[in-house]
Amino acid sequence: MFSNAKLNEKIAFALLKVATGLVVAFVLVILYYIIYNGYSAINLEFITDMPRNRMTEGGIYPAIMGTTYLIIGSMAVALPLGILSAIYLTEYAQPGRTTWAIEMAINNLAGTPSVVFGLFGLAMFVKYLGFGPSIISASLTLALLILPVIIRASQEALLTVPKEYREASLALGVTKWETIRRVVLPAAIPGMVTGAILSIGRVAGETAPILLTGAAYFLPRLPDSVYSQFMALPYHLYVLATSGTNIAQTRPIQYGTALILLTIVLCVNLVAVSVRSHYRSKMRR
Amino acid sequence: MSGKNIREKGIQSLLFLSGTVAVVALFLLCIFLFREGILLFEDYPVSSFLTNTKWFPTASPPIFGLLPLLLGSLIVTAGAIMFSVPLGIAAAIYISELANPRISSILKPVTEILAGIPSVVFGFFGLVILAPVVQRTLEIPTGQTALTGSIMLGIMALPTIISISEDAISSVPRSIKEGSLALGSTKWQTIYRVTVPAALSGISAAVMLGIGRAIGETMTVMMVTGNSAVIPGFPSGLFAPVRTMTATIALEMGEVPQGSDHFHALFAVGSVLFITTFIINILANYVKRRYRFNL
Repeated sequence: MFSNAKLNEKIAFALLKVATGLVVAFVLVILYYIIYNGYSAINLEFITDMPRNRMTEGGIYPAIMGTTYLIIGSMAVALPLGILSAIYLTEYAQPGRTTWAIEMAINNLAGTPSVVFGLFGLAMFVKYLGFGPSIISASLTLALLILPVIIRASQEALLTVPKEYREASLALGVTKWETIRRVVLPAAIPGMVTGAILSIGRVAGETAPILLTGAAYFLPRLPDSVYSQFMALPYHLYVLATSGTNIAQTRPIQYGTALILLTIVLCVNLVAVSVRSHYRSKMRR
Repeated sequence: MSGKNIREKGIQSLLFLSGTVAVVALFLLCIFLFREGILLFEDYPVSSFLTNTKWFPTASPPIFGLLPLLLGSLIVTAGAIMFSVPLGIAAAIYISELANPRISSILKPVTEILAGIPSVVFGFFGLVILAPVVQRTLEIPTGQTALTGSIMLGIMALPTIISISEDAISSVPRSIKEGSLALGSTKWQTIYRVTVPAALSGISAAVMLGIGRAIGETMTVMMVTGNSAVIPGFPSGLFAPVRTMTATIALEMGEVPQGSDHFHALFAVGSVLFITTFIINILANYVKRRYRFNL
């Protein structure tokens, strides 16, 4: 009886190990294929050149720039809004119906499919407000998409600031807002930065929302205003892989684009993690 | 002093306004989505939308039957969940209960990487690497099938399932586990009779959010499932091309004139998708809160 239980345990633990190993294997296999095949496609011209010959040759410069514009545009909107919203929720809000509604809305926005955000952006920004398919429509759509991420990360960062900090400042007669501005926020900044950086990765990779709000199949030049259409890395990859004229011939460009995209996302994650641990060790001192 | 007070009050109101931004966003999203969707039913009966078994948006007269798309989404999601739930929960148990801290500090970033990979890259991988493998292994005419989509979606749902289950499992109080061990149970008996049942509400929430993630995923399914709008059989439909609600919206929106019936039909499909994930989210959060472990 006893040895039976021991045997069961051995089998069960082995299975758990295999399952975890499989998960790790998935990650490694995907990374391996993209890096191995994409590596040879990437060089300086690939990053700095325009696409040539119906996108079968040349670089992906406009797509890189387009993605950069989207990151700047959406962060400029979502970051201040998200941080202010988080300050309200953690420092001012009292438990009650309003707070419940806000929390529920954040959870639901976080779980709403990105293509639904795309439809919303199309109906509101492109059509109703008349921005047309453009950088501004896509940036605003993406801003809403990352809003829950930024709010949650900022809330978490604010919650890790010890209560004593606030109490000490308030006890000195400093007002609540001044306390938040001078004491709480500086201590919470690293956590907020981490959240912001992670959402850059999200903006860079999202395809469905920009597909509906202004990403262009091909543009021979950079966009000239926020009301122009644009190329973007994820959409470029999608187009080349599924509907280009020479899908097989452009395979190296596809792998190269996928690798650039992957690199951006991985770097962003790496930076976020190191910012977090850097400040954590600083806080401890 | 009173000037200071006024400023404080002003700032508080400003912060309150920003605080409600999520509510406003969700509200606007509902309005714009449903408004465009409902316009379809001026020209096209709701009953046909809900019960017709065909999606022929460009035929004349066009047929906008939701069923093939809804069932397409369901079969791909079901397939994904069937393998990612056991795998994800097993990995979560291993990370929180068995692995030593050094190994779990490596495993956690690995799942974070998986969560960070853009869906279009998953789709590209599925299309170029996995689909040919599926085709050769099963000896079927095309590798772009519901199964291929399920495999990719399952992998993509893993980080959600792992991280939320892991939170739930590691929040089970140590005293309970120690009580079980002290009574002479093995570590494994403690895990599956005590720890996992105690964490079950969190794990269920994880599974639901994983389902929500899978059903709303667009680019990956669009690139690997072949996109033919037919009602899938079960289980034979797993090995044939299907088309999901998400893929239909993304594929067809580029080609429809704004304001046409087809345009509104895609918004109607989007509304169905939104309502589905909305219900899943509400349920997941309810389960998570309702049965939170209190000691």
